[in-house]
Amino acid sequence: MRRYLMFLAAIIPFSAQADKLLMPVDAPPAFQTECASCHLAFPPALLAAADWKRVMAVLDKHYGDNASLDDKTRQLIEEFLVRNSGDSKKVGAGRTAPNELPRLTATAWFKRKHHEVAPADWRHAKVKSPANCAACHTRAAEGSYREREIVMPDGRRWED
Amino acid sequence: MKFWFAMFVLLGATATSQAATPAELLAGYRAEAAGSSPGFHPSAQRGAAFYQRNFNVSAKLRSCDSCHSANPMQGGRHVVTDKPIRPLAPAANAERLSDPAKVEKWFRRNCTEVVGRECSAAEKADFVAYLTEGGR
Repeated sequence: MRRYLMFLAAIIPFSAQADKLLMPVDAPPAFQTECASCHLAFPPALLAAADWKRVMAVLDKHYGDNASLDDKTRQLIEEFLVRNSGDSKKVGAGRTAPNELPRLTATAWFKRKHHEVAPADWRHAKVKSPANCAACHTRAAEGSYREREIVMPDGRRWED
Repeated sequence: MKFWFAMFVLLGATATSQAATPAELLAGYRAEAAGSSPGFHPSAQRGAAFYQRNFNVSAKLRSCDSCHSANPMQGGRHVVTDKPIRPLAPAANAERLSDPAKVEKWFRRNCTEVVGRECSAAEKADFVAYLTEGGR
């Protein structure tokens, strides 16, 4: 019984974490207005602190976009991201190439979670970018990533 | 008493400086543009041409309508991230052109990446004229 409880204790937080990536309650309004006007308000846990700092250091060259902010807002958002960043050992580094910005789609965690997704699905016209979580995770905007909520770009349900 | 009156005036001034109507914004850009070219008059037609123009600076973000769709009365989608974008025309989305700081921020960001430089006051005036008059 004790062993069973220990097993449950070990597995419950993990599965909960996998399904829910809720926005931390301390998210400043600027995080929504500045970041989420162009893309999903990515859960800060998807990148490690060092990677968020790299992203926030060059906002005028933000993955091909100019996302520059006044310094006060920039700092406020960076502090929020770092405060809620992922554990670097669990999420892994999002480093792509030496001179490129880290990507949350390049972490070991992201790759492990998506290794069953076929190349054709990634390339589907509706997807556009692997960081377009909402292309398949229908409730991504609410921070919910349950498997049964997944609808692939061609309309089929996800089956393991 | 004098102090509270001063506070009242100050707060009122701060509140009004944050909100504006599209007409006020247009008047501001028009005056700024007229400063360097006297007799300048905003043109919704020029604004429309600017909105559709392919600047060929960014590979994906080629024109305003790449993301904001051909009709500003309708919503668009960000061409890179696919994030839905609400309509730009104030007639379809009352939040638009109501906050000068926000308008300036997006002109700064989007002009540098799509046009390849900051936009001039004349271009902004034409653009606002198009969104308020012609963007329907």
